[in-house]
Amino acid sequence: MSFINYASREINCKIVYYGPGLCGKTTNLQFIYNRMNPDARGKMISLATETERTLFFDFLPLSLGEIRGFKTRFHLYTVPGQVFYDASRRLILRGVDGVVFCADSQLTRTDSNEESMENLRVNLREQGYDPDRLPLVIQYNKRDLPNVASLAELHALLNRRNVPEIEAAASSGIGVFETLKTVIKLVLIDLKRGRRQ
Amino acid sequence: MSHGTFSLREPEYEALLFVLRKLLADASARVVFLVDKDGTLLASAGDAAGFDTTSLASLAAGNIAATGGLANLIGEKEFSILFHEGERDNMHLSVIAERLILVVVFDRRSSVGLVRLRVRQASARFNDVMAAAALAAIDAETGGIEELTEADIESLFK
Repeated sequence: MSFINYASREINCKIVYYGPGLCGKTTNLQFIYNRMNPDARGKMISLATETERTLFFDFLPLSLGEIRGFKTRFHLYTVPGQVFYDASRRLILRGVDGVVFCADSQLTRTDSNEESMENLRVNLREQGYDPDRLPLVIQYNKRDLPNVASLAELHALLNRRNVPEIEAAASSGIGVFETLKTVIKLVLIDLKRGRRQ
Repeated sequence: MSHGTFSLREPEYEALLFVLRKLLADASARVVFLVDKDGTLLASAGDAAGFDTTSLASLAAGNIAATGGLANLIGEKEFSILFHEGERDNMHLSVIAERLILVVVFDRRSSVGLVRLRVRQASARFNDVMAAAALAAIDAETGGIEELTEADIESLFK
């Protein structure tokens, strides 16, 4: 749920990076954190295990400037991808305004991608969202690795809604900001539409 | 579908600040924060300058969400009060008006008993303000959000 503070003229939106374990959700946030102007981003918080697997969530707040006199703030979260952290994933989806589904392009991860996308849809429904209408961007990550599925295969498997999809290699930053920009646009367009209802 | 927007306008914001400042004084607290359950800071009173308030809001919401999950596992709706005791400072978190989290940071000049009492008293006032905010939102001006254009959105990325 976006929060508009008319007193301080601020718009706050929540974006969640979702996807199977080790698909690169945290890597996306780390790249954004490292490349953003320090004035435009806050501290990145990672609640992770000792082996750097996300335990609860990563959090990165961004301030992207003003539109129509409102400061825009985006709170980026990742979920823990491992299957058994489902309770945590549901909690993090609360109040979400837009989702980036980060898919692992490697052929061996096909089932994990499909399972995670289905899990996203189930958890969104549980939080009262319509999974066919929430702003969603799909990022096909790890395109730089060998043995990756074709875009057509990934599209057929994961993108039934035909939402924007972006090829990425998050560890080297390819596609990371394009993904972020795309989801932010969708969220703001949705906010504008929401205000008209 | 937009899942909804929560709007806070100047009069309600000022009313929340008033209640927060009174709570700060009555509870002899160091600082008090009002956060929504999605992890956004609404307002604060006291010496907030020394805190990373954005991170604090996010983690407080995560804390309440996680303990809420634990509560559900034992058949409770939620644990509405959490207390964290430190060596020097302590933190009291409570769910108020169903959707907000009140965070009170206090040291040895106060006590958990006093904080609990003052938080309970302030909760009723917060409930009143939030009810007024909900009413105001129904027929409020939209302040230009609905006029956002592609060009406005694009300007963020230049």
